[in-house]
Amino acid sequence: MAEKIISKFFDIRDSHTIDVYMKHGGYKTIQKTLKKMKPAAVIDEVLKSNLRGLGGAGFPAGRKWSFIPKDSSKPKYLIVNADESEPGTFKDRYIIDHFTHGLFEGIMLAAYAIGAHQCFIYIRGEYVRQAERLVKEIEAARKRGFLGEGIFGSKYDLDIVVHRGAGAYICGEETALLESLEGKKGFPRMKPPFPAIEGVFGCPTIVNNVETIAYVPAIIERGAKWFADLGCERSGGLRLFGVSGHVNKPGVYELPVGTPLREIIYNHAGGVLNGKGLKAVIPGGSSSPILTPDEIDVNMDCDSLAEIDAMLGSAGVIVMDEDTDIVRALYVVTRFYRHESCGQCTPCREGTGWAERILKRMLDGHGRPEDIDNLFRIAGNIMGNTICPLGDAVALPLKSYITKFREDFEKRIPVDGAGASKQRDSLMLLN
Amino acid sequence: MKKIEFSKKAKKEFNTIVGRYPEKRAAMLPTLHLAEKEFGCISPEVEVYVGELLTVPAVKVREVVTFYTMFAQQPRGKYHFQICRGISCDLLGCTKIRDYLTEKLTLEVGATSPDSKFTLSEVECLGACETAPMMQVNEDYYGKLSQKSVDKIFRKLK
Repeated sequence: MAEKIISKFFDIRDSHTIDVYMKHGGYKTIQKTLKKMKPAAVIDEVLKSNLRGLGGAGFPAGRKWSFIPKDSSKPKYLIVNADESEPGTFKDRYIIDHFTHGLFEGIMLAAYAIGAHQCFIYIRGEYVRQAERLVKEIEAARKRGFLGEGIFGSKYDLDIVVHRGAGAYICGEETALLESLEGKKGFPRMKPPFPAIEGVFGCPTIVNNVETIAYVPAIIERGAKWFADLGCERSGGLRLFGVSGHVNKPGVYELPVGTPLREIIYNHAGGVLNGKGLKAVIPGGSSSPILTPDEIDVNMDCDSLAEIDAMLGSAGVIVMDEDTDIVRALYVVTRFYRHESCGQCTPCREGTGWAERILKRMLDGHGRPEDIDNLFRIAGNIMGNTICPLGDAVALPLKSYITKFREDFEKRIPVDGAGASKQRDSLMLLN
Repeated sequence: MKKIEFSKKAKKEFNTIVGRYPEKRAAMLPTLHLAEKEFGCISPEVEVYVGELLTVPAVKVREVVTFYTMFAQQPRGKYHFQICRGISCDLLGCTKIRDYLTEKLTLEVGATSPDSKFTLSEVECLGACETAPMMQVNEDYYGKLSQKSVDKIFRKLK
């Protein structure tokens, strides 16, 4: 089994403190880097490591960094996206709790690479204890001269500000996050301009997920090749898989990118709860298409999942046992996206509500013969017609759950249609 | 409309917050968090006040307050129970925990008890799926909930 990079700190007592982190080799890499490496060399190393964005989109991190204009006179900003809200995802919370200074060292390296002197950690509002920990540990680092003016005695200045969200899934989308950080409601922006050119406060900005940043110190310390070799062809390293739902050992498992899903569920997460059979698995957070039991031999990397029309997303694996009501599961997922739709784009704002109400009606025993076709139509009309990917995040589950478990949905439509007529007027929906 | 103002201590904290950002308006969310702590909820008076502090129209503050779920527009109970209804919690029976709590508190979801002690809410995924079913009570997370563990949490609160 491969070694652990981040999660080895999860079991170390007080691993969030500066002293324990340094006892385990922490803050050596940044000191060496400040003395010996040019920023461009850091970007190059991350590029070669095949580190991909681990928040969900999977965009190569080094490439993102390379988009920062070299000749801009504007200040540059690094933003760490800790707005972890995708259902089934909880890895960033572990990193913040236990690998606190590792995250800071990653921030220092990334900020140095792109030439930023200020970093914002945008953390979801509900993570109150985690925000408190970050603030306290930033203060501790500042006291030692690891943050502030001339960090580690160098000529490079850097400070970190913790910015708490206030309960909005959409603010995990990077341009909505920028709006939110500027003090506005979290409406995603049209791209281009991309944040690297015009991000927060109109300045070049890089937004990276917590986990992406947390892997940077190990990459710089041990080299791009070492990290790339841990993963698979186009996606380097390890990553933190979060497993939840009907499993014996839910939790965070740090494994090579490309580990088969079956192995994650049965070897690491202890198999299905109460020895039951498997009904379905969501491989990468609730916006991912669902997988059937005969698809779980897939390797958990972006490309392998894309080949079977699924996605790795945030690597939040949600396991459903054989007794799961798949119609209810889709209802719960759809209800989430309806609740979290920001309302900016009509297809998403209206479509998520329509789909939720149809599914609720099916659950209540009033499904209509046309409901399945309508759900497909709604999904089709949302897909690709919205500014941000939240629309797709509901369209993909809608299509995949119904396609793969059509019988379960058909069973929810009364044969005589008796239940439907009574409901028609009150719902005023897609007549 | 009643005129309100931060205490001296809160004013000082506000000044520190504003100093962290290159633009005043960026201090919106932290200022609203502070204001909620200070005044108990974000009433229309608070919106006007925060607007003045950040030199933005009150409507821009209201837009933010109503967009995010965490800001209380009415006073909440001393203990705010937020039951996660995300997919992982739903798979592991969060609705039973919700029903147990509505019974125990004799409160509907979304309501606050007449003695202002409890507010009960259902919320979207709180990012602790490995501990499903779970909930948040004020600042803290409680996971692996059962009727028994809910009772235990209650004993701690009272």
